[in-house]
Amino acid sequence: MSDMLSAAFITVFIATVIAQAMPLLLAAVGETIGEQAGILNLGIEGVMLVGAYTAFVVTLTTGSFWLGMLGGAIGGVVANLAMLVLNVWLGLNQIVIGLAITLIGEGITSVLYLQNYTKSPASLGAQPKLPIPGLSDIPVIGPALFQQSGIFWICILLALGLAFALARTNWGLSTRSAGQKPSSLDAAGGSVMRTRSIAVLLSGGLVGLGGAYLALLTTATFSPFLTNGLGFIAIVITMLSRGRILVVMITSLIYGLAVAIGPALQVIGFTVPADIIKMLPFLIVIVMLIVFARSSVVPPALGTPYTRGAR
Amino acid sequence: MTTADLKTPVTPNLPGSNQAGAAQRFAQGFIRSVVPVLLALIVSGLVMLAIGASPLEFFAGVWKYGITGSNWQRSLSLMAPLLIVAVGLIVAFRGQLWNLGYNGQYLLGAVVASGLGPILFDVMPAFLATLVIFVVAVLTGAVWSLIPAILKARYGTNEIITSLVMSFIAVGVVNLLIKGVFKDPGTSTPQTAVIPDSDLLPYIPGTEIHIGFVIAIVLAVVAQYVFSRTSFGLRVDIFGASPKAARHVGLNSTWMVILLFALSSGLIAFAGSVDILGQFSYQRADWDPRYGDAVMPLVFLARFRPVAAIPFVAFYAVLATGGTLAAQQAGLNVDFLLVIVGLILLFMTITEYIGDRRRLGQSYLPPGLKRTVLQPFRRASERNSA
Repeated sequence: MSDMLSAAFITVFIATVIAQAMPLLLAAVGETIGEQAGILNLGIEGVMLVGAYTAFVVTLTTGSFWLGMLGGAIGGVVANLAMLVLNVWLGLNQIVIGLAITLIGEGITSVLYLQNYTKSPASLGAQPKLPIPGLSDIPVIGPALFQQSGIFWICILLALGLAFALARTNWGLSTRSAGQKPSSLDAAGGSVMRTRSIAVLLSGGLVGLGGAYLALLTTATFSPFLTNGLGFIAIVITMLSRGRILVVMITSLIYGLAVAIGPALQVIGFTVPADIIKMLPFLIVIVMLIVFARSSVVPPALGTPYTRGAR
Repeated sequence: MTTADLKTPVTPNLPGSNQAGAAQRFAQGFIRSVVPVLLALIVSGLVMLAIGASPLEFFAGVWKYGITGSNWQRSLSLMAPLLIVAVGLIVAFRGQLWNLGYNGQYLLGAVVASGLGPILFDVMPAFLATLVIFVVAVLTGAVWSLIPAILKARYGTNEIITSLVMSFIAVGVVNLLIKGVFKDPGTSTPQTAVIPDSDLLPYIPGTEIHIGFVIAIVLAVVAQYVFSRTSFGLRVDIFGASPKAARHVGLNSTWMVILLFALSSGLIAFAGSVDILGQFSYQRADWDPRYGDAVMPLVFLARFRPVAAIPFVAFYAVLATGGTLAAQQAGLNVDFLLVIVGLILLFMTITEYIGDRRRLGQSYLPPGLKRTVLQPFRRASERNSA
């Protein structure tokens, strides 16, 4: 009897870890691509919220989770357009613009949500599962890992594909050189502007996707300030992962573990105050920052707009 | 051409034109500070129209509830914490240290006042208790900033991230304190005991504005003096301009980072304790006014000058005091103020950019952008001709 209980418990635990880790993973992958190209986007908290809100609205009106995810990605790209025009093209201060995007994203999604949905708080319900034949019959791990929705698999494949592309393709090379030494990319005949523009838009799409995942699959609803600092955690994880997307994926899972421990402890019988559960991921992040402070490496050209010929 | 060249102001340096130059500079500074605010208000009005709220009603409400009657006194009371936060941010920003952990630092200072207040006012005279609270609040804020400061000084870890993460932790700690040791046993809602009116900061005679307002103004003036007229101010500016150069002239940059962070964070915590002792008299769990988010763009607009921040803070105090009620009337949520603040930030950078280009007589588009925009068309035409 107790064995069965613990098996079901572990299944739920693993599923929670994944649900908490995925939004962060997508956002951090997006931020990694931006940072590798030399753009420190402090606005991803706002971009995530815009993605989450658009995904929520699209799914609520069309009923399709897939369209919702697409809407979230588009919302993220649109929110990042400000970064593209003002920073990449005009070379204005990234810190100020990033914070402005965060503030506007937080404000506008909160206002719109409270204006349109506060009278009838809407929940989206569960997303149809896509069991993988064979693997999903494995006890404990099967139901947790191999009965996720199709969206989960697409997102994982996307992250893996980008990990490969960033490390092994020409596109990845020019993206990384735009962050390492933009003048050499320019000298080699590439366009720093275009490379960075593509990176910013791609990054916006992924961050928006992260927000959409959070709203549609993790919480199944939207509420003002839903992300609660997740965007900033994504930036930390990006810095600690030194631009390697596989490391980003592993670190995100550790974060998911940290978040899932709280509710799990409560199931076992420990009562943990909600405030400690909320604080835990940040505590872990600050400990990681202290322990690995030396190894948090960012591209040398991060944060500096590129002007040809400038020294 | 170097970036340094691009940024050097090209002002006429002829003898005799000094006065005209100063007036021109002032006018330019004024325009560059006021235009972004105006543009942000106009665009936020358009956004209101787009989401079906009435901008006229909103701005009329801001005027009505922020200024008329005795409402201006409420606005000035709100100025006290805002201005102290502004000075705190300026201290760090002057040294190019981006202390963004202000929300947590502010709440820590506030919880020191609301938690220790009810205990201390019982055992010692109000004046002494107030003093003790202020000192403890400043020290708490300063100590809380040590982790970001040391990480920055030793390993160059980005202080924006570390201070933000510490801020989220502080919010949790404050909530735990209010729900735990500092909880008022008399009520069921998690909040601290109410400090009696007689122990709060006194009003300025003849008004209902607590003396925190005076403290804030004095702080701003003193900070302005320190930054513009003392060797410490000069050292901070050198450090901000180039930590490397600062090391060359013998400044210890490790201590500079730690000192500036501690000062900044301590001042912001002080603002929290002033706000509790002057205005609120108790603190609820999960209460977070997020003053710093609003003050930050104003600090940029004031060009990191504490005295110049006073009018901007006054403007925002009216907007926030009136805006809370006005937003409800206009069918909006208070969070709309965040949108206005964000727009001010955006337009500030844009105004700055256009101003610099105009002064240098350059095209508004940077050369790289022109290439990128035109290149695809050029290729297409080449293909057509081939």
